[in-house]
Amino acid sequence: MTTTGSDLVLQSPPFDSARLTTPKLMQEVTLATVPVLLAAVWFFGITALFIVAAACAGAMGAEWLFGQRTATGRRGATLGDGTALLTGVLMGLTLPPTIPLWMAFVGGLVGIGIGKLVWGGLGGNIFNPALVGRAFLQAAFPTALTTWRASGGADTLFHVDKGAFAIPFASSGVDAVTTATALSRMKFDAEFLPWLDLLRGNVAGSLGETSAGILILCGIWMGVRRLYDWRVPVTILVTVAVLGQIFHFVSPEKYPDALFMLFSGGLLYGAVFMATDPATSPTAPRGALIFGAGIGVLVVLIRLFGGLPEGVMYAILLMNATTPLIERVTQPRIFGR
Amino acid sequence: MAAEAKSPDRLYQEFTKGIWKENPIFVQVLGMCPMLAVTNTAINALAMGAATAFVLIGSSFLVSLLRKFVPKEVRISTYIVIIATFVTAADFLLQATVPDIHRELGAFISLIVVNCLILGRQEAFASRNSVGYAVVDAIGMGIGFALALFMLGSAREILGFGSFFGHPLFGPNYEPWVVMILPPGGFLMLGMILLVMNWFQQRKSRSRETMEKAA
Repeated sequence: MTTTGSDLVLQSPPFDSARLTTPKLMQEVTLATVPVLLAAVWFFGITALFIVAAACAGAMGAEWLFGQRTATGRRGATLGDGTALLTGVLMGLTLPPTIPLWMAFVGGLVGIGIGKLVWGGLGGNIFNPALVGRAFLQAAFPTALTTWRASGGADTLFHVDKGAFAIPFASSGVDAVTTATALSRMKFDAEFLPWLDLLRGNVAGSLGETSAGILILCGIWMGVRRLYDWRVPVTILVTVAVLGQIFHFVSPEKYPDALFMLFSGGLLYGAVFMATDPATSPTAPRGALIFGAGIGVLVVLIRLFGGLPEGVMYAILLMNATTPLIERVTQPRIFGR
Repeated sequence: MAAEAKSPDRLYQEFTKGIWKENPIFVQVLGMCPMLAVTNTAINALAMGAATAFVLIGSSFLVSLLRKFVPKEVRISTYIVIIATFVTAADFLLQATVPDIHRELGAFISLIVVNCLILGRQEAFASRNSVGYAVVDAIGMGIGFALALFMLGSAREILGFGSFFGHPLFGPNYEPWVVMILPPGGFLMLGMILLVMNWFQQRKSRSRETMEKAA
């Protein structure tokens, strides 16, 4: 900006700037995970906090160790944008409450290291880093990642799982009282939990995914604050609800209704926090619709006909892979060409 | 090729390039199929590496020996027949001496025939060089291949089974990294080793640059 003596101000465009920078966006989304984190602590005890902290330590450690350096050669130039912290929190919340802390740490390390930095850092990655970390853990430690614990409440708030503090590379070694998630009960016992329980969240499952009510509120808040493209979560949920209800009409005793499909498993969590990652989802509005619908169809197919009880993670990762193609097809035409 | 004196210098070069500078797995990224399939334990990787090296050395020797008699039009099929001869020998040899490992490796021993590393060395080197260089090159490449496989196999066995050559390292409480003994683990481990190697390479060239700048 230069002044020429008079009141005339000479300035080159752009004249308006967005208030939302990347660090700001990451801060706000991290803030939006706080209610989910509190719900996780309420239902699964203080251990939930340790697990998320371990995942964050892994993610931020990887960012510090392998990330860019500042101009003066100091490590951790990109720690300040807050993406590593957010990835850690988001990945930690997808883990089961019985997982040893060292595994959560490894997940954060892999998520940022292999999921983000080897692609060239923020914005260069094809796959959601948090989900890469979780997919790695699921493939590496299938038993630990599918051991669920019943949720508690005020009485178990300060109960600390001894299994969580297993020494690195050792299994938790504690025989926790395990229980099945709503979706595995649906799949293997044809038993549908009432949707009111799913809405409240006092069911078994991963740390952040159980309380559908809080996730919906967080999602609405993030949508109102324009932290994401609302089309992505809305199309995911609508697709799952419509498809689920169609299958429910065909054979009600075999397939659950739309409400169960929406509120169970990691669908809401994935739709609100994972699928909306700006780096790995399409930017064009039409692309967002295709992306969301694809995730919805894959989730229903995996849940109802696949070998696994839950498929939100794989559905999102698969659609992440198609994002560049969707972008190419839905690129808006430049006016006049 | 003219009657060229076998300089020990060049012999040494042809030998070492396969081990580090042109390592079949880490630099040329050839032979990925056996790399993914059989490097889940150190002993399997070692057996596979040894068998491949044996086939490579044998066929390089024979191809180089016959290089003036093989018509250009049928050279690939001739190489394949020669390679297949040695693969059959290696197959029977493994079956007779270490039947357990032979069972583990299964079809992948026969598949050495189509290992692109072996055919590549015949086409690119053995058919154009004299017997001495061809054999030295094959020994270097074979050792490089076996070493790379052994590195991958050891890392994957230690993480995936918690053991080394079948001896448990960490006691009964060890939580195995299941992914490491599956094919994706092969990709992951190879990627990580390539990453470390490229990182070292970059550091080396960067420090050389700064040294040249300073000089």
